[in-house]
Amino acid sequence: MTAETADTTAVPARAGPNLQVLRFAESIAIPVGALVVSALLFSVFLIVIGKDPLTFFGLIWTGGFGSSFSFQNSLQRAAPLLLTGLAFAIPARIGLTMIGGEGALVLGGFTAAATAIPLVSSGVPAFVTLPAMALAAILTGGLWVGFTGWLKYARGVNETIASLLLSYIAIAIMNFFVEGALRDPASANKPSTMPIGDAYRIGSIPGTDVHWGFAAGIVLAIVLWVLMSRTTFGFAARMTGGNLRAARAQGLPVGWLMVVCCMIAGACAGLAGFFEVAAIHGQANASLVAGYGFTGILVAFLARHNPLAVVPVAILFGALAAAGGVIQRRMGMPDATVLVLQGIMFVVLLVSETFYGRFRIFQLKPTGDRT
Amino acid sequence: MDNALLTVLVAMLGGAIRVSTPFMFVALGETLTEKSGRINLGLEGNLVLGAMVAYAVSYLSGSPWLGVLAAGGSGLLLGALHGYICKLPKVNDIAVGIAMMSFGTGIAFFFGKPFIQPTAPRLDAIPLGEWTGNPALAQALQVNPLFFVGIVLAVFLWWALRNTRWGLIVRMTGDSAASARAMGVSVDLVRFLATAAGGFLAGIGGAFLSLYYPGSWNQGLSSGQGLMAVALVIFARWDPIRAILAALLFGAAGAIGPSLQSIGISQGYYFFNAAPYILTLVIMIISAGSKASARDVPGELSITK
Repeated sequence: MTAETADTTAVPARAGPNLQVLRFAESIAIPVGALVVSALLFSVFLIVIGKDPLTFFGLIWTGGFGSSFSFQNSLQRAAPLLLTGLAFAIPARIGLTMIGGEGALVLGGFTAAATAIPLVSSGVPAFVTLPAMALAAILTGGLWVGFTGWLKYARGVNETIASLLLSYIAIAIMNFFVEGALRDPASANKPSTMPIGDAYRIGSIPGTDVHWGFAAGIVLAIVLWVLMSRTTFGFAARMTGGNLRAARAQGLPVGWLMVVCCMIAGACAGLAGFFEVAAIHGQANASLVAGYGFTGILVAFLARHNPLAVVPVAILFGALAAAGGVIQRRMGMPDATVLVLQGIMFVVLLVSETFYGRFRIFQLKPTGDRT
Repeated sequence: MDNALLTVLVAMLGGAIRVSTPFMFVALGETLTEKSGRINLGLEGNLVLGAMVAYAVSYLSGSPWLGVLAAGGSGLLLGALHGYICKLPKVNDIAVGIAMMSFGTGIAFFFGKPFIQPTAPRLDAIPLGEWTGNPALAQALQVNPLFFVGIVLAVFLWWALRNTRWGLIVRMTGDSAASARAMGVSVDLVRFLATAAGGFLAGIGGAFLSLYYPGSWNQGLSSGQGLMAVALVIFARWDPIRAILAALLFGAAGAIGPSLQSIGISQGYYFFNAAPYILTLVIMIISAGSKASARDVPGELSITK
């Protein structure tokens, strides 16, 4: 295998697609293939439980993309997924399986809401309050997940388990304050912090009903793509992810790179929490624990940890979430239906990893005398 | 004051015994899997699915023990799926674990919806504390048979890994796949079986959750116990007996909050809720850098590479 690639790169390629184009085609075809296979498997599942797959996928289409209203709803729901997808993708490039996006989102949203309380009550204008909230969320998320990266580097603590544990701790911290010191006495059934008030809500992108979180996500995706693909930092990070020992031997500051990548991830997830509070809920409560962090993992895997590819994948999953309600009502299926579909997708997607390099059409034609 | 302290300690003892059992089963299963050189982070999924299946089968058939068996079966299937996928080349076992976690919980929530309301027959406990004449102690010593099954299993696993041919094969596969291959052992098959068996045990742990303590089925039943048990295996340095002791420690930590509540201290309830997670993290930080851990770790384990 290695001998063959070495051989083909040594000989100038003949007319036809070059290696980069083939790799690109492969990295699109295999995930799309995995999506198709999981849709087929899910259809079998639906048939077994006596539901019609065509109705199901039809409803996803109409509920997610069918009208301008539903499409905007999809984009709105894609916003947190975009950011949590980035939160998984960036550490993944440096070889860390960091799944703490959920905790950073919750804690970021909570600190944003907590920061707003004194500012709103003393009448500080929104154009100061909102950036302060966002900054608090970004810092909290960044430090929270950065801690995971530091633990990995300094103590060799497994980052996957540590980050998930920290997520549970983050949710407990929010509950502690929301049901205690910072509880709004008016929130009887669902303990919440004081609402920030309509005047402090972040608005929509002009001409749409989509909040600014979506735009922020797109900008961040582009910025992070440039950072990871076009800068020395990104090169060093990818090299560390590819071969840790080689990176160390080259004298790269491996620990620093890991901590920074984790901080970027936490900042993205924290920002998602800020937008959830400032644009959707208006206060911090249990609604923040909506599983966005976990869906973000799947988004990042499907995007192959490429920040630009995270954008369309997040929109797809936003549509899935937007259509979830319609499916529940029209087909009488439990809300966990989307979870089953996502679980199947996730498993099939990981199985598809094994097919890279296996298909002839994505390989350069051997120039040797094999014909 | 002394009386209150005693109440707390007795409640913690009872809590430790009750809370630790699911940890025990998941940790034993994971020990077996990791001894073979593979890590299954998805046992949380097995735990949740096992809890749902056990509850449903117990409700439909009227026999809780049939539920336990069915839970084991569901865990076996998930474990086998994990084991099969991981043997494909280029597939990362940690990522598959995350996927199985979401797959298992998704399936459990989907099919578990109709079983949240009804009450299923639960497992009976063995009253071991009647002789003390102290109602609190007697209550604490109501022990579920699965607790003893877990202890017997741990001793058996400890013995079998050391003293049997099968145990040697599992350990060799975990320490050096190359030497196992040289001995004519199919590494993939051993790991497949070890992962499936580990999944079976984790499923039984789930049955304990829904059929004994807390003793009902809902979507918030397990919050990370399966994952904590995986961390616990590292702390126990891949030894079944130490895994039992660690599970008891975790159980006691989990029981702090409810025990304090029993004497009327409810402040910081959420803090004590977080205690098991914080304890797990602290333990991971301590054990990650230790020399003993580096010595005992199976050589093929991707988590430490």
